Amino acid sequence: MGLFILRRFGVMLLTALCLTFVVFFLTNLYPNLEKLAKTQGNQRMSDEQVETWLENRGYRQPMLVKYGQWLGVMPGFTNTLDDGQFVGTCARPGVAPEDTPKFCGVLQGEWGYSTVFKDDVGGIVSKRLGNTGYLMFWVLVLMVPSALIVGILAGMREGSVLDRSLSTFSIITTATPEYVSGVIFIAIFTSSTVGLKWFKGTATQAMDNPTFENFFLPVLTIALYGMGYIARMTRASMTEVMTAQYIRTARLKGVSFPTIVMKHALRNALIAPFTVIMLQFPWLLNGVVIVETLFNYKGFGWALVQAAGNNDIQLLLAISVVSVFVVLLTQLISDIGYVYLNPRIRIS
Amino acid sequence: MSKLADYDGPILEIDKLSISFFTRLREIPAVMDFSVSVMPGEAVGLVGESGCGKSTVALGVMQDLGKNGRIVGGTIKFKGRDLSEMSAEELRDIRGNEIAMIYQEPMASLNPAMKIGKQLMEVPMIHEGVSKEEAYARALEVVTDVRLPDPERMLNSYPHQLSGGQQQRIVIAMALMSKPALLILDEPTTALDVTVEAAVVELVKDLGKKYGTSMLFISHNLGLVLETCDRLCVMYSGEAVERGSIHDVFDEMQHPYTQALFRSIPLPGADKNSRPLIAIPGNFPLPHERPPGCNFGPRCDYFEEGRCDAQDIPMFTVPGNDRHHTRCLKFQEIDWSAPVTMADTKEKAEIGQTVLKIDNLKKYYEVAANALFGGGHKKVVKANETLSFEAHESETLAIVGESGCGKSTFAKVLMGLETATDGQILLDNRNIEQVPIEERDAKTVGEVQMVFQNPFDTLNPSMTVGRQIIRALEIFGVGNSEAERRQRMLELLDLVKLPRAFADRMPRQLSGGQKQRVGIARAFAGDARIVVADEPVSALDVSVQAAVTDLLMEIQREKKTTLLFISHDLSIVRYLSDRVMVMYLGHVVELGTTDQVFSPPYHPYTEALLSAVPIADTSVEKQHIVLEGDIPSAMNPPPGCPFQTRCRWKSQVPGDLCEREVPPSRRVAEGHQIKCHLSEEILKSMEPVIKIAAE
Repeated sequence: MGLFILRRFGVMLLTALCLTFVVFFLTNLYPNLEKLAKTQGNQRMSDEQVETWLENRGYRQPMLVKYGQWLGVMPGFTNTLDDGQFVGTCARPGVAPEDTPKFCGVLQGEWGYSTVFKDDVGGIVSKRLGNTGYLMFWVLVLMVPSALIVGILAGMREGSVLDRSLSTFSIITTATPEYVSGVIFIAIFTSSTVGLKWFKGTATQAMDNPTFENFFLPVLTIALYGMGYIARMTRASMTEVMTAQYIRTARLKGVSFPTIVMKHALRNALIAPFTVIMLQFPWLLNGVVIVETLFNYKGFGWALVQAAGNNDIQLLLAISVVSVFVVLLTQLISDIGYVYLNPRIRIS
Repeated sequence: MSKLADYDGPILEIDKLSISFFTRLREIPAVMDFSVSVMPGEAVGLVGESGCGKSTVALGVMQDLGKNGRIVGGTIKFKGRDLSEMSAEELRDIRGNEIAMIYQEPMASLNPAMKIGKQLMEVPMIHEGVSKEEAYARALEVVTDVRLPDPERMLNSYPHQLSGGQQQRIVIAMALMSKPALLILDEPTTALDVTVEAAVVELVKDLGKKYGTSMLFISHNLGLVLETCDRLCVMYSGEAVERGSIHDVFDEMQHPYTQALFRSIPLPGADKNSRPLIAIPGNFPLPHERPPGCNFGPRCDYFEEGRCDAQDIPMFTVPGNDRHHTRCLKFQEIDWSAPVTMADTKEKAEIGQTVLKIDNLKKYYEVAANALFGGGHKKVVKANETLSFEAHESETLAIVGESGCGKSTFAKVLMGLETATDGQILLDNRNIEQVPIEERDAKTVGEVQMVFQNPFDTLNPSMTVGRQIIRALEIFGVGNSEAERRQRMLELLDLVKLPRAFADRMPRQLSGGQKQRVGIARAFAGDARIVVADEPVSALDVSVQAAVTDLLMEIQREKKTTLLFISHDLSIVRYLSDRVMVMYLGHVVELGTTDQVFSPPYHPYTEALLSAVPIADTSVEKQHIVLEGDIPSAMNPPPGCPFQTRCRWKSQVPGDLCEREVPPSRRVAEGHQIKCHLSEEILKSMEPVIKIAAE
């Protein structure tokens, strides 16, 4: 098992390397750099000026060298301009040239400098990730148990009234996008139109001081949307298990219905939805951007949109690295959990 | 709950039972007017082809017909109490406690995510409320009773860690956990190998005696029923057609269907040339298309219009026999002892020159010990070990052996789906063992073809039958134009005796036997000279088997095809093959003409195999040899002779020769070779396994 996890980590690193290189390559294409030069320097720069600007700041080095610098395996680019200004990959405003470190890459814990927020990327990412992580946690707490319960209740007696009503419910929730349900919730529960002023329509305060009142609506909006999907998967898996021969064996052994569901069917029925639940993590990480915007909750998705919209290369890279790791990590957990649930698969 | 009070009437009494399934379109009667009774300690067999309603009866007894099934008439009484009047609570108390069931597929009937011990312990814990410790002790005892090695380890394993035979023993153990009064066995051995089947059947018989359990034994195999049951009920299309004691039904059958059934199975004495099997004409009627009157009428030789199809036929008592009933109006008029009107006997085909020569063929697979990482040391699976034989024109060579013996691997190498590790395959003196199918020219591909085991999966469900055959013709490069190929396709349909109209049908509109005929037509599309038939009839019903086998033989006679007939069914092998090759764990243990292999001297494995095959003939006396244990894994074969772990003759070989050396192939007679260390004298002293008692 230990060896297995070690190997999986190796694969993860390799995947992360490849993926970041792809992102690095795409964000460092010339049109992007030109845009960067113009926003950083002067909007009315001529093509030659752009070229010099980029040249002076090390943006025209070979792609692999730049990637190595970003990773921190190659010394950072430094240059002193004609006007005496010290520039370079590792240069930070207010830091003397002598104090500037030689290497400043991801390996050194230096994620770069965000041009939008005028701050260290590392700090921004961890703060935004924290916000989203908190949101994700509560979404999962609400979404997974209720989805499983709905799915299992619906699947244990296929075609019953309970099944049909629960299935309809889950189809409706999956078919309603967050921006629709979110707006409806805000209209019903927060505005004076309906009059039910139970919750706050914005979650801005929740970043510092989350309470049930200001935090429940965004959680509910995301949870409902994701829930229908998991519930449908669970139901499908449950109905299949309930028609399996070993369930008949259990029934003809005289096992009572509740015991059949709990002891015989449940574990087998959870194998398929487990993978789906794990696939929800990446979606939650970036897909929540709509809800974050709707409730003005500045999380990871929001930061991503800012970075992409403002051509913030370093921030964009950091965010993609984090996303890649979250995806790979959840898949690792999903594989290990799968082994636990399904005894037919054993990893020695 | 305690068991129902002592009761000395019949354990199970089914009276005029009718069960229907309800679909949106119509009511489909699955079982009609079915009566049977099981006395204490009695074993009753329920025999019939697939779809005749025998499993529905079993589920009816268990009151587990699902949402669509319903009992529409008659009663099922268990120990005098009507099961259909019981509450869900009462039923639960009876299920698993008083009536237990053993299922067809052991793997599917065990919960894959639950340890075996837990699944067994559940039974007494539910029904008798015993403690965990006591339930565990009970489970241990029963697992020992079903003769499983190392019971404690068994209880602590998951079902997938056991072999098929072991799983079935666990299912039996589960059924016996609370010593039920009635045991229902639904085709309990169909998924198992013959030697394992023999061991399981013996176990069931012994345990039935030990616990005094009554049994309802459902099977399509008449031979198996003969070995296990006291009484027998033959079913056809939802009805019981004949009922009586084993001897009455086997020796004095009183229903045309029973008679036809016996004539269509290869019993010893049947021969493809002088005494061919007689297939039952026509097809099994669909449940909603049953004919008026006698269901068997349209396929019956004794059918009398205006009489047999005039009214529903009741059961008649056969006078003079004990509880012997038949559903035939004319049973007293038919001369049951009249000799079979012979279908025209055929000339034995002349066996031609050698077409295929296999020389020292070896096929090894390398299996990574740890599949997930690819690393670690590799294991070599020796799927085929030094295969050498020849096959001639118009000859049927049967390859016999149980699962894992390497017969399918050989077929794959011959077809070019795999390439050989060593040795050679010569097709007309051309080497083909290293040529994968992609590199073979159209002629070679067309010449070596295969008929597959399961006709249900081998046809493309979204293409018409004709199109599929034309497709094969295109691949084999037959015909120059579409019209020419279409003509050829129609001729092929004629060859396999399917109406030409079938060309435009979809596979789902065909019955199993018809699909297999299409499979045969496809195999012969490129004028195949060598056809590998991999268990071509084992997925078909008995009455259809005869017709398909017959067809294969007829095409062979006409086309002078070499037929490599892979099978585990020795009865059919004896019936149709010229030579037989017995394989065990990749080795050819015996090779000779059919007569040589089926009579002594035997290889010890052949002897056990012959003894394991159930024969549906009361006049046959069999020597009883039960092999202990399972077939060893090909991943980890025993040292020396592959069969030494289960061989009953091992003590007759001096020293530990069997454990040290693989025996050489010895010629015991012209064209007969055996791979065994036993001395000449001992081989000569062997007695025939099957004796037909003098009449």
